[in-house]
Formats: sequence, structure tokens, C-alpha cells
Amino acid sequence: MKLRVNGREVELKGVDPATPLLWVLRDHVGLTGPKFGCGMALCGACTVHLSGQAMRSCVLPVAAVGDQEVTTIEGLSAEGDHPCQRAWCEGNVAQCGYCQPGQIMSAAALLARTPQPSDAQIDAAMSGNLCRCGTYPRIRRAIHRAAELRQEEGR
Amino acid sequence: MSARMNVRRREFLGGLLGAGGLLLGARLVGPAVLLAKEGEDEGATFEPNLWVAIDTTGAVSIVAHRSEMGTGIRTALPMALADELGADWEQVTIVQADGDARYGSQNTDGSRSVRRFLPVVREAGAAARLMLIRAAAAEWGVAAEDCLARDHAVHHPATGRSLGFGALAAAAAKLPVPASDELELRPREEWRYIGRGVPLADQEAIVRGAATYGIDFRLPGMRHAVIARSPVLGGRPKEVDDAAAREVAGVLDVVTLEPFQAPHAFQALGGVAVIATSTWAALEGRRRLKIEWEPGPHGSYDTDAEREALTQAAQASGRVVRRRGEVDTALKTAHTHVSATYRTPLLAHASMEPPCAVAVVKDGTCEAWAPTQNPQAAQAQLAQDLGLDPTKVTVHVTLLGGGFGRKSKPDFVVEAAKLSQARGGEPVQVLWTREDDLRHDYYHAPAAVHLEGGLDAQGKPVAWLQRSAFPTIGSTFAAGAKAGNALELGLGFVDLPFAVPHLRAENGEAENHVRIGWLRSVCHIFHAFATSSFADELAHAAGRDPLEFLLELIGEPRHVDLAAEGVEGYPNHGEPLDRYPIDTGRLRRVTELAANKIGWGRELPKGRGLGIASHRSFLSYVATAVEVEVSKDGQLTIPTVHVVADCGLILHPDRVVAQFEGAAVFGASLARTGQITAKQGAVEQSNFHDYPVARMSDAPREIHVHLVENDAPPAGAGEPGVPPFAPALCNAIFAAAGKRIRDLPLAGQDLSWD
Repeated sequence: MKLRVNGREVELKGVDPATPLLWVLRDHVGLTGPKFGCGMALCGACTVHLSGQAMRSCVLPVAAVGDQEVTTIEGLSAEGDHPCQRAWCEGNVAQCGYCQPGQIMSAAALLARTPQPSDAQIDAAMSGNLCRCGTYPRIRRAIHRAAELRQEEGR
Repeated sequence: MSARMNVRRREFLGGLLGAGGLLLGARLVGPAVLLAKEGEDEGATFEPNLWVAIDTTGAVSIVAHRSEMGTGIRTALPMALADELGADWEQVTIVQADGDARYGSQNTDGSRSVRRFLPVVREAGAAARLMLIRAAAAEWGVAAEDCLARDHAVHHPATGRSLGFGALAAAAAKLPVPASDELELRPREEWRYIGRGVPLADQEAIVRGAATYGIDFRLPGMRHAVIARSPVLGGRPKEVDDAAAREVAGVLDVVTLEPFQAPHAFQALGGVAVIATSTWAALEGRRRLKIEWEPGPHGSYDTDAEREALTQAAQASGRVVRRRGEVDTALKTAHTHVSATYRTPLLAHASMEPPCAVAVVKDGTCEAWAPTQNPQAAQAQLAQDLGLDPTKVTVHVTLLGGGFGRKSKPDFVVEAAKLSQARGGEPVQVLWTREDDLRHDYYHAPAAVHLEGGLDAQGKPVAWLQRSAFPTIGSTFAAGAKAGNALELGLGFVDLPFAVPHLRAENGEAENHVRIGWLRSVCHIFHAFATSSFADELAHAAGRDPLEFLLELIGEPRHVDLAAEGVEGYPNHGEPLDRYPIDTGRLRRVTELAANKIGWGRELPKGRGLGIASHRSFLSYVATAVEVEVSKDGQLTIPTVHVVADCGLILHPDRVVAQFEGAAVFGASLARTGQITAKQGAVEQSNFHDYPVARMSDAPREIHVHLVENDAPPAGAGEPGVPPFAPALCNAIFAAAGKRIRDLPLAGQDLSWD
């Protein structure tokens, strides 16, 4: 089985095709950015992009990925400087930080399709991502800031 | 000199391996020793100065000895040391300590990291500073008193000379470490970082997905394990059919772990483990296990029945733990008598990263890597349960994806070690799924708190009786413990700061059938919910404004004397009362400020309302004011929250603000939907669909935190924001919709109005 992850081709040997993409990434590809939180697509910690769409990788069998491009938090930007990542750092968003890779992937996907989201659109796009530290107000502010940065830089 | 080095530390602290650097403390990070240079006299250790190393390039390494679960303590205490030292934060690297008794307690709970360790880290910084200054003074032939340390260098202003810390490190390392009484701490005017903050240590790694949590830790050849545990506490597997499990590709073995010996304390629960070459294979294997469980002594545990029993215990006479005046007479003769029983359920911690750990046990040693709040407890439990010499047990602390108190219990670390042992020393990672986490937690205790209040004809409070009943955390450590202990009753119950002429507090007994543990702010949760809601009930019964009534209850600024009222052994969060008194003036102040910030007293239409609650916990004073909107059909939204927090001296204001923001969301979760139930001994919830927590769409929208600045000794920040939230929220609901909430959670209760 071959996968395209973060712009590279990865060869998988002896992996059960029913294995959720999350566990393939974490245990076989060596990418631990996407996190495990629930295993039932209820918490969003596992969020990755599949051909640019935000997906919960914990319920996506790797066999269903095919030749689509998988992007994890590690591949969101080469230098860790995606507008969301910069806005997150500017706003000191993270507390424990465990949910934040998933939050950022959901936010990046939102901004790619809705460059200037309203609070209601942010709620709708982000309410699948849980944060037990309670950083929601800062996430919302950071998304607005990232939207600003994207506009300034034409990203 | 010995130089056993942990590979990961060498990579992390590469710059430290030059000859001639200054290392304060011969062993920087416990048994995995890193010594900076050759020829160092290992006798020159300034206990407890194990905190800072400076190499000849000027790179400074500072140890963080408390666990990082989102409070920012991994940044804040090293920051304070760097400030005292005079280091430039940009040249500081943080090193996480292993479990090591020389650091003092590493049990990161109780909101006490700063108050316990600020003096220690400042001393360490001051000692290093003095050594560098003395080295420079010797070099220049000047008096040390004429030199100062600032911006990563020592300066002699009279002659304009400077030497960087790197240039001085080798010479400073040869000097004797100063004694405590030679040290001068910097005055407040010289603080560059304390009270302001610095960029957070791990923020960049987090947003790149490069931060390593317990669940991310990997070793070559590491195996993955999940464990099937008895649905009922203390049950055991009667019959195990593992044939299908063993056939799953990647499954290496199925191992039965012995159940604990009651009382459970921090022992592993026991169960049937599936060990595999990957997480998925282990999960698939466990799914195919066929196990018949013998329930054991707690097989008839039912939380509905428990709630009834707690209610009855709270409504009957109990053990008196505080007495002022004559409550019974005062209640009988009061003009108005109000009676209410408040009830709260079991809660689960549900940190985003579930419990997990990696361990290697071989050759009479154990090495573990875990997201633990208490590496020393893990060391002790591992030594005990594996029969190892404690000096042969090393526990490394990773970042924690949340803790809230769950990860201070090392049962999950022991599981990994036992399985590594079963695998002949292979590294094994044990992972708890969300189902495991919700079904086998150390839960927050359920409670019933009964209150009776008396008002005179003018609506002044004259009598206050309170009685709380909850299964005690003592049952975790001693079978059959049924009464609340002094520690638990000291969490918001016996220390009620209200000025009512007649007052009595009692505790009722309760049995326990689950593992009870500490959950962020612990008994303060139900004590504050009950007492702050009841204050509001009394206000309304008196026909008075709840803020004005609350201020009258709090009374004049004074220090409350509990001993005079028969309170024995009040723990005061482990601090002396003369340094941290119960100061009603500070409670009044945050209450007045919070009311002011939310615009208390403004006209609001029906369906909108304000509520306020104030509470002292972990030595901090917090008032929370909440504005709610309740639609006619009972939909609740929380548009605005104002929190005023007096935590004494604050190191990193942004992190403290973040803690109070997060506590409001945490409080909203527990108030709205937090509930664990059990039937026939087994917990019924399993994941976030039946144990919902706050999401962005239903969390409080605008949370404004106002920190009171003062010079009082540092007090807690991690937990104090939680207790006042639920009562403030429910008081606001009453104001908005006329519905009095006495049971949590809100879910399932009808808030509609017309």
C-alpha cells in the first residue's frame, strides 16, 4: 500500500487496510502530530486534511485514502508559519496544547474555503474540536487574526 | 566523574557538553546524569541547588521540576529563576526533571507550584548570579559589591567593563557555592520577567505538531498494549477466551494482570492485556476477547440509590465540625426559614490525552516515560509493585495532554511496567482509550449538601446550618472510610467565610464503590455550588438584591478564626494561617469588582439575567459574574462572564488569565452536562456522546478575566476559577427564568419560562 503524506510517498507493508488513517500515521509513518482523543470522530484531535478537506482520521480506514494527498499538522507549512500557526503563537492560544494540532487543521481548512468567517461560521466549523483546557475564546480570536494575516499576505 | 547520559538529553542539551561550564548541582536531572565538564569537584553541591547550568557559550539550562499540563508552570518557574539570575530568556533552555526527591515534592496538584517553589528557584538564581559576579570581580580585581548582573552578563559600571555569562562560567564553577544567608534577592523594581511573562516554552512545538506528550513517546521495538478491565471495581475475570484475539495479525500475547489488593490506592486495577506490534492490532485483539467477569463486592452499586442515600445523610444530623452561637434556636425563632438540599454527581476528568505510559523493566531496573503529575509517586508505586530497589526506578516526565488530577495517580504507569516485565524487558506502551478513561477513572465524588437558613424580619441572615455528605477520598486508601476527612472539609466547607451570628457545619457519612480521586478544585466544586447558590436563595427569600445580600454575608473585612469555633486541624491548603489568613476583605473586594465589571443592577428583560458567586480556594479569592440568556423554551446560552481573581503575586499574568478563562469553560462543562452514572456496579458512560463536554458553540462566549494586583504571597491559579462558576451560572438562570437549580447537571432540566 502506498500513501501520499505531506508531499512524500510512503510505502506501507503489512498494514491491515481497515486500520484507521490516524493509527497508520502515528504507528507506521512516524507522524505523532495528529492525536488520539476518542476514536469515534467526536473530539477532532485526529483532524488531518485529505485533498485539502478536514477529516477525522480516527474513523477513516487507510484503504479509503487511495492516492489522495494527506496533510498532517507537520505538513501544514514547511516552516511552521501558516497564518493559523502564527496567529496561535501570537495569541498564546495553547494551554496543554494536545488538541491544538486538530484545532489548527480544522481552522486552516475553514479559512481555505471561507477566508473571512463570521463567529457563527467559526462555531459551526470548529465545534467538532474539543478543548478541555477551555481555549475556545482564544481560538476564535486567533482564527480572525489568521484571516487578517492571510489577507495581508495573499495566502 | 560519571557521565551516564540519556540519549535524548544529550540531543536536547548538546551545547552543554563543553569543558568548563558552570553546573549548579552535581546532578542536574536525577540518575540520568549530565555533568558539564571534566575535573568538577562533585562534592561542591549546593543542595537544593540542582536547578541551573551555564556552559561556556553562555547557554543557560534551567530545570522545570513540576509537570506541565497547560498551566505554563514549565515556563513560569524557570522564568523566575532566569530573572533572578539576570539571564536573557532567549538564551535559556528548559530541561524537564525526572522524578527525584532532591527537588522536593513534584506532585503537581493543589495549585501550589508557585507558592512552594518561588523562593527555592529564586535562591538558585541568586546563588548562580553571585558566583558569576564573584568570578568577574576576581578577574577585574574589583569588589563584588560594585558589580551587577543583567542581560546575560556581569557589569562593573564604574569602569564600564562587562563579561558575558559564558565567559565567566568556567571560573564561576570553581568557586564555592554561596550559603543562603549570603544571597540577596532582587527587589521588585529590577524584575524584568516576573509579573510580565515571557514567550511560552512549548508554543511553537505545539503548533507544529512537534510537542511530545506521553502518548507520542516512542522507543525502538516498542510494543503496544490495551487492557480489558473489570466493569465493576474489584471484579475479576472468571473466564477468558482469547483464541480469537491471538489470531489478529500483530497480536503478540494476551496477559492477565493480577487485580489489586483492596484498598486500591494507586495500584493497577488488573485485567486482561493484549500486547501487539501496533495500537490498532492491540485494539482489534481486545475487541475479540471473550471475558466473563465476576463483579466482586461492588456489583450492586447504583448511582440513583447513592444519590438517595447521600440526600438522606445530608438531611439527618451529622458530626459537628464547626459551631458558632446556637443555630437550632436561631432557626426556630427566625422570621423566615429556608431549607434546600443541593446535589452533584460523579464527574470524570476526561483530559484530552487519556492515561498512557511507556516502560522498560529489565536487569532489576525500571525506566518509565509518562504524562504524570507525580513522578515520585510513580517511582514509589513501581518500586513497591515490581519489588525493585527504589534507586533503580527512573520516571521521566513528558508533556501532559491535560491532567486535572487524574494523572497524579500512577496506576497506569504500573500497568506499562508490569507488561514490559511480562515481555521480558521489551518496551511496552499502555494506552487507555476514551472508554477506558471514562469507565475506570478516579472520579470526583458525588455529594449532597443540605442547608438551612434563617432571616429576621428585616431580611438579615441570622442562622446558617450546612451539612455535606460525600464518599470520602479516604476510601481510596483505607477500606470502609466513610466520613469526610479534615482535608476535604477544609475545601470550601468548614472555612465558610460568612458573618452570620449563628452557624453550624456538619458532615454525614457515605459509602463508596468506585475509585474516588482529586478533580480540579475537588470538594470546592460541590461546597461552593451549594453555599453560593443558597446565599442567592436566601437573598431572594429576603426580597433583597443578591449582591448586596452577599456582601452582608461576607461582612466586614476581618480574618476568620476557625479554631475559636471548634474547627480542628484546618489544613488551609498546607499553609500557615498567619501567612495566608481567611481574609474577608479580599473576598469583598473581588465580589464588588466582578459586580462592577458585569454592570450589576442594569435592567434586563425576562429571559436574561445576572448571577454572582465568590469563593476562596487554594488561598486565592475569586468572584465570578455570569450573564445568561434563557429562551422561552429553555435554551441556555452564556454570552458573558467576568472573573475577578486575587491570587497574590503573579509570575506570568497571561498564563493566569488563561487558567481562569479555561476554568470558566471547565465549570460550564460540569454544570451543564457533567454526570457519570453507574448501574449494577458498572459505569454507564463511555465516550463524548454520553459524557458531553463544552464545545465552542455552547461554551461561555466572552470571558473577561481581571487580575487583582497586590504584594500578597502567591496563591493558587490552576483551580480557584472552577468553584464559583456553577453557582454564578445557576444564580443567573434564576434571575433570568425563575428556575432554581439545586441539582447538577443542568442537562435534562426544564428551564422554560413564560
